Amino acid sequence: MLLNIKNLHVAIDGKEILKGLNLSVNKGEVHAIMGPNGTGKSTLAAAITGREGYEITQGEIMYDGELINDMDPDERANKGIFLSFQYPVEIPGVSMTNFMRTAINAQREFKGEQPISAGEFLKKMEEKKKLVDIHSKLTNRSVNEGFSGGEKKKNEIFQMAMLEPKLAILDETDSGLDIDALKVVAKGVNELRSDDNAFIVITHYQRLLEYIVPDFVHVIYDGKIVKSGGKGLAVELEERGYDWITEKIEA
Amino acid sequence: MQKTETARMPLELSLISVFDQHQKELFDASHPKVSLSRAEAIDFLKEKGLPTRKNEKWKNSPFPKQYEKDYMIDVPSVSYDKNVNEIFRCEVHGFEAHTYSLLNGWYYSSEDKQLQTLENGVIVGSMKKAQVQYPDVFEKYYGKTANHQQDGFAAANTALFRDGIFIYVPEGVVVENTMQLIKMINREEPLMVNSRNLIILGKNSKLTFMHCDDSVNHFSSFINTLTEVFISENAFFDLYKLQNINDNTSLLNNTFFRQEANSKLRVNVLSLNGGKIRNELHVDLMGEFAEADLNGVYLMDKQQHIDNQVFVNHAVPNCYSNELFKGVLDEEASGIFNGYIYVARDAQKTNAFQRNNNILMTPKAVIDTMPFLEIYADDVKCSHGATIGRLDNEAMFYLMQRGISKADSRLLLMYAFLAEVTAKVSIDALRNNYEDMIKRRLRGELSICERCVLHCSMPDNPVEFEIDMSKI
Repeated sequence: MLLNIKNLHVAIDGKEILKGLNLSVNKGEVHAIMGPNGTGKSTLAAAITGREGYEITQGEIMYDGELINDMDPDERANKGIFLSFQYPVEIPGVSMTNFMRTAINAQREFKGEQPISAGEFLKKMEEKKKLVDIHSKLTNRSVNEGFSGGEKKKNEIFQMAMLEPKLAILDETDSGLDIDALKVVAKGVNELRSDDNAFIVITHYQRLLEYIVPDFVHVIYDGKIVKSGGKGLAVELEERGYDWITEKIEA
Repeated sequence: MQKTETARMPLELSLISVFDQHQKELFDASHPKVSLSRAEAIDFLKEKGLPTRKNEKWKNSPFPKQYEKDYMIDVPSVSYDKNVNEIFRCEVHGFEAHTYSLLNGWYYSSEDKQLQTLENGVIVGSMKKAQVQYPDVFEKYYGKTANHQQDGFAAANTALFRDGIFIYVPEGVVVENTMQLIKMINREEPLMVNSRNLIILGKNSKLTFMHCDDSVNHFSSFINTLTEVFISENAFFDLYKLQNINDNTSLLNNTFFRQEANSKLRVNVLSLNGGKIRNELHVDLMGEFAEADLNGVYLMDKQQHIDNQVFVNHAVPNCYSNELFKGVLDEEASGIFNGYIYVARDAQKTNAFQRNNNILMTPKAVIDTMPFLEIYADDVKCSHGATIGRLDNEAMFYLMQRGISKADSRLLLMYAFLAEVTAKVSIDALRNNYEDMIKRRLRGELSICERCVLHCSMPDNPVEFEIDMSKI
């Protein structure tokens, strides 16, 4: 099992957001996490990636056989956990190339490998750019600075392709994307899918799941997974909304 | 009314007594105009003393604390030793510079090169010699832009200076190689050095000048430099100031610029290390369509202090000025930024901008930043902005989520924060060097480097200039 979350409770500033969440993800699987706003979807992503300010008060996150509750975000990343951000951060003054090369070399150093050569790096950049239809040179562009909404999301998938994670979490990657960009992003993700990695796709809408077809769909409500099913569940949610599930819980 | 002797601080007393002891020599060696201002300046110093914190422009300055120290003032020049100069020869890969030096305030060269006329007609050499050799130039320019009665330091400099660098670029001469001044202090006693420079750019000329302040040891010193710069019509002066001095040294750098019509001034001040540094840039825009682009980067830690005082005087219409100063203050460092913009009543169509951004790395680091805009014209574009912040947590997490360590993420963000300023260095080799120095400084390597910031060609201390961005 790649990821095994048991009875996870997470609080922000003392306020409990996740209230006993369980989730297991195996290699080769795609899990969709759906649910209304403010129920804990992004908190789950933050807890798995180790974001500061998200306090695990109970439960455990096992990743690749290891308890990662207290691990630093960079170490988790170097062990293969990747987050495609809902709001990618603009970092003026840091060029995309330097950023990616620093990240790849950090990962290599972690694994005890030699730094990537300039030639190898550029070749890899070119190859992965094609995957998500990025045509600009990137070399002279600062990280996400002046990127359109679509470009930012494509850039996240590009970074994912460069870093080749074992577990990728896509946090609302579809938000703010037009249908063409959505297709490009989905195509990129599908090409990266393999028996050795897994994806957690967090989304509001079923739309993205038409292109990235999940093996499992989970609904989060009030900090817990309240319903799980196959890809058919997403279609059902699209048609019926969330009320039929949440009402059952409240009742 | 003069201060009573008992009210004087030790530094004031020493300055006055050194002047009284040596005044004959000082007057004998000076151009009449230089002598006249020496006399006025010493009277001013005797009357007003050195600036105290009661003075608005020195309000938060730690400089007055230095007045209790006993500095040695006015040491004799030492004879030229080629090897000493060789140590400070800077080798920046791909960057050609002609190097000139001052040692303990004296122009430092072999006897035959104390004042030389280069092939392109540029005159460069010692202030001491130049005022004898070129009396007409001194008559016309000396003391014209600096106000020696501005405060006690300007007065002390004017009264007591012995030497400095003199540069005259004739009309129409575009100086291809950068001229570099390396100022060295090499004495074991605490020393105060008053050096004075005069730089004149004729019409349609161009000069790139690098002004380096370095310490060669850990001993305490006080450097009080005053530089006058005249930029004639359509001339371009590109100035780089590099400051890497030890933690026991106080550096006061007072530079006065006077710009004629269509002239251009660009300043990049890089303050990497130093106990106390105060940079004053005074710019008088006296001819229409003159431009001044003033930039600075400062990186301070421990209990270091940096003070940038920028005064821009828009005396005539249609001029442009821009100030961009950015700094990172770590540990218990403190800083001041005061930006004064004055727009005269008839200086319509003035464009004057000012920005100061700071990152404080710890709760104990402090910055006082203050804009002063005095505008008497009604058709102008002026803006100012100051920010004080911390590293962006969102960006930190973003970088760390990609596997970059916390320490490296901090470095990347600090470096990125400063990149806006370093991007303005137009000479590629120099910009790479600037960036390299900033990276080293941010990594904590430069503060232990006691040599010239440009890494001297010490055979036992080879310096690699190739930058590996992956390591920052």
